[in-house]
Amino acid sequence: MGSNLTDITIYIALVVSTLRMATPLILAGLGGVFSERSGVVNIALEGIMLISAFMGMLISHFTRAPWLGVLAAVVSGIAVASLHAVVCIKYKSNQVVSGTAINLFSVGFTGFMLRKVFEHAGQSPPVPKVADWTIPLVEKIPVIGAMIGKHTPFVYISILAVIVSNFVLFKTKLGLRIRAVGEHPRAAETVGVDVFTVRYLCVLLSGALAGLAGASLSLGFLSQFRENMTGGRGFISLAAMIFGKWTPYGTLRACLLFGFADALQILSQTLGLTFIPRDFLLMAPYILTMAALAGVIGRSVPPAASGIPYERQK
Amino acid sequence: MQRCLASLERGFLTLEVSTSTPVVEMRTITVRFPGVIANDNVTLDVYPGEILALLGENGAGKTTLMNVLYGLYKPDEGEIRIHGQPVSIANPNDAIKLGIGMVHQHFMLIAPFTVAENIVLGVEPVNVGGKLDMDKAIHDVEELSKQYGLVVDPHARIETISVGMQQRVEILKALYRGAEVLILDEPTAVLTPQEVDELAVIMRSLVRQGKSIIFITHKLREVIAISDRVTVLRRGKCVGTGETENTTQEELAQMMVGRKVVLSVDKEPVKTGDTVLSVQNLHARGSRKLPALKGVSFDVKAGEIVGIAGIEGNGQSELVETLTGLRKATSGHIYVNGTNLANSNPRALIEEGVAHIPEDRQNRGLILDFTVAENFILRNYYKPPFAQGINLDYRKVHAHARELIEEFDVRTPSENVPVRSLSGGNQQKVVVARELSGEPQLLIASQPTRGLDVGAIEFVHRRLLAQRDQGKAILLISLELEEVMSLSDRILVIYEGQIVGEMTPDEATEGELGLLMAGGHAKRGLHSEGSEQSGQFRQGSAELP
Repeated sequence: MGSNLTDITIYIALVVSTLRMATPLILAGLGGVFSERSGVVNIALEGIMLISAFMGMLISHFTRAPWLGVLAAVVSGIAVASLHAVVCIKYKSNQVVSGTAINLFSVGFTGFMLRKVFEHAGQSPPVPKVADWTIPLVEKIPVIGAMIGKHTPFVYISILAVIVSNFVLFKTKLGLRIRAVGEHPRAAETVGVDVFTVRYLCVLLSGALAGLAGASLSLGFLSQFRENMTGGRGFISLAAMIFGKWTPYGTLRACLLFGFADALQILSQTLGLTFIPRDFLLMAPYILTMAALAGVIGRSVPPAASGIPYERQK
Repeated sequence: MQRCLASLERGFLTLEVSTSTPVVEMRTITVRFPGVIANDNVTLDVYPGEILALLGENGAGKTTLMNVLYGLYKPDEGEIRIHGQPVSIANPNDAIKLGIGMVHQHFMLIAPFTVAENIVLGVEPVNVGGKLDMDKAIHDVEELSKQYGLVVDPHARIETISVGMQQRVEILKALYRGAEVLILDEPTAVLTPQEVDELAVIMRSLVRQGKSIIFITHKLREVIAISDRVTVLRRGKCVGTGETENTTQEELAQMMVGRKVVLSVDKEPVKTGDTVLSVQNLHARGSRKLPALKGVSFDVKAGEIVGIAGIEGNGQSELVETLTGLRKATSGHIYVNGTNLANSNPRALIEEGVAHIPEDRQNRGLILDFTVAENFILRNYYKPPFAQGINLDYRKVHAHARELIEEFDVRTPSENVPVRSLSGGNQQKVVVARELSGEPQLLIASQPTRGLDVGAIEFVHRRLLAQRDQGKAILLISLELEEVMSLSDRILVIYEGQIVGEMTPDEATEGELGLLMAGGHAKRGLHSEGSEQSGQFRQGSAELP
């Protein structure tokens, strides 16, 4: 087993696995960043991902066009998020309760629809998935090419999304306003920023990103829907967002770390890590998150108005 | 021109110097809130290049009126004209476009943002590519800062700068948006006397450059010192308007309150007894785990009021919490009648005769959803006559409540209403009544008049003095320098968790106290009676020649 460690393919497998495991977390985590930066806690990411994974699969199944499936996943993500947005922003209800309700609903809804449409429990039949992308030139580089030259498009989209999100949040006036609204909405309103519009926009955007994350599961890495296939990834992505201090790059790093822990666990046999029980490796992300929350790795301060419904005066 | 006709009865008013058109005319503005008329037919004019003081008690409707002008509230009736043109102001954006800027009492600044980011928020300069142009923002802020003499550091984060600078940032924010009319809502409440002077200079220079300022306040002295004209509101109505130089503090006070008010506090000469509270070398940490009290020592004797003056956040809250058992002391002693009670629990302190009027009555002083009667027994509900075994004797609780309501003149429909439904002044009366009814030996009063109107302030002050005259020891912590100076028999100044000076009210001037509060040194030697046990008292004077 030890000799495996000198074999370059094991490292390639490790990087590929890390990226694969991290991708849905990155997309959903960015959704979390936008939502919370604007002041709305979105623990519904888990449920949005699950519904989107299902809807994406469904449309791909009927149209045989996987990219239409992806579009359907994004649209349904936005639709579910709009529910959360209206409940939290317009009706000012408790954001965690609303999110929990959506999460519980999503499990029942997708399970029910699966049986209804396919008369089959557990999983859907295989559907067309989106084809992998190869990056010209990069693909040819030895080792590196094998690591990052050919992946499902979602991997590249997620990295691109991080770069764009960071630019939007920290280099544009929209980003300044989003952050202002999440820190001190009244201050933002007194200088003419429309708090409600900004929050709706951010929550819907988080739905779109979580929708993409869902599509990456059922149309990117797999080519079918499985019941409860998100398996807590929505929550892990929130943990990554916190771990990453509500920044896109921080979230990316945290997701890669969590993805790496997952990859280690998957490859533990090959890597000769059998002396560590797999469960411990599975636990790592959660323990790291708790450590982050407890302030071990620097203070992680949430946006000041996160979770607090905004009410205009009078 | 005559305005504010209701005020004619008062005699003082309505000579207008200016023949130019007002920049702002607010005509017959009425704002109704559920159950209250916040503004009742109010009329107000502002002329170019003047400072108009808008005077009134808390709840008189000053801020409401200004929120109407700034588009935060919609008036139910009335009209606003800017430069003679009728306008409709539906939101702050409209107000900003019309050249109206507002500096809110609670600053509307985003703590983790830089000064420049705060100033440009909402009207951000962008590059061709849609990228935020922070270089231009910083440049613009520096230009503006130079033009109006408002010194700020555009790169500094708000959370790291002084309150005075935060206020300048707020003013720059309005100017950056092209404000011609600046509304300053209680701008002096958070400032030291020196900073107030600086602000007055800034305000003068702004009006010289053609701006107009509406200056909301309830402090008479500042009206006289700073404003050109004054408009007085009482209970939502305009009760007078006119030239500042034609009026006096006394006249303004009477208009504001609606009856004659005694502005000065009459005190019996102090007769001190034994030392009741002796604090020795007390250390404690603040909520961020940083040292908040760094060796505080002082005594309070029976029959005297010791006032602690200081700017907010210099350890006052931590001191009160440590003295009342709500915060752990890391070292030091708190002797009450000779017993060391440092790190005792609050009940032990209550049993020892310590009463506490907390600074935040709504969170610390009262349980808002409990009835008035229940709030009256929070200190001693566990003892007879209220507690009978595991039951509460509600007949006695109610009888007790009715007595206190009578004695302390609490305006409430009955003792059975939730204390939440009472006005701020009456809520504070409930706290004061409860704390004084236990016949305390030591009363710790932390900002006992915060947010109260003149009438209620008078009430609290009289009660505190009565306690003192009965031989109780009183520790008064207040951010209002005037309050500390008028009530105290000795004044201690706290700065960064240390007592940096001691004075008697006769020898203290606001200027000197202000300097000490800001961490400077007094011009002359400090008194240090009773400071033998500690070197801390002399800290302020040690540097003197």
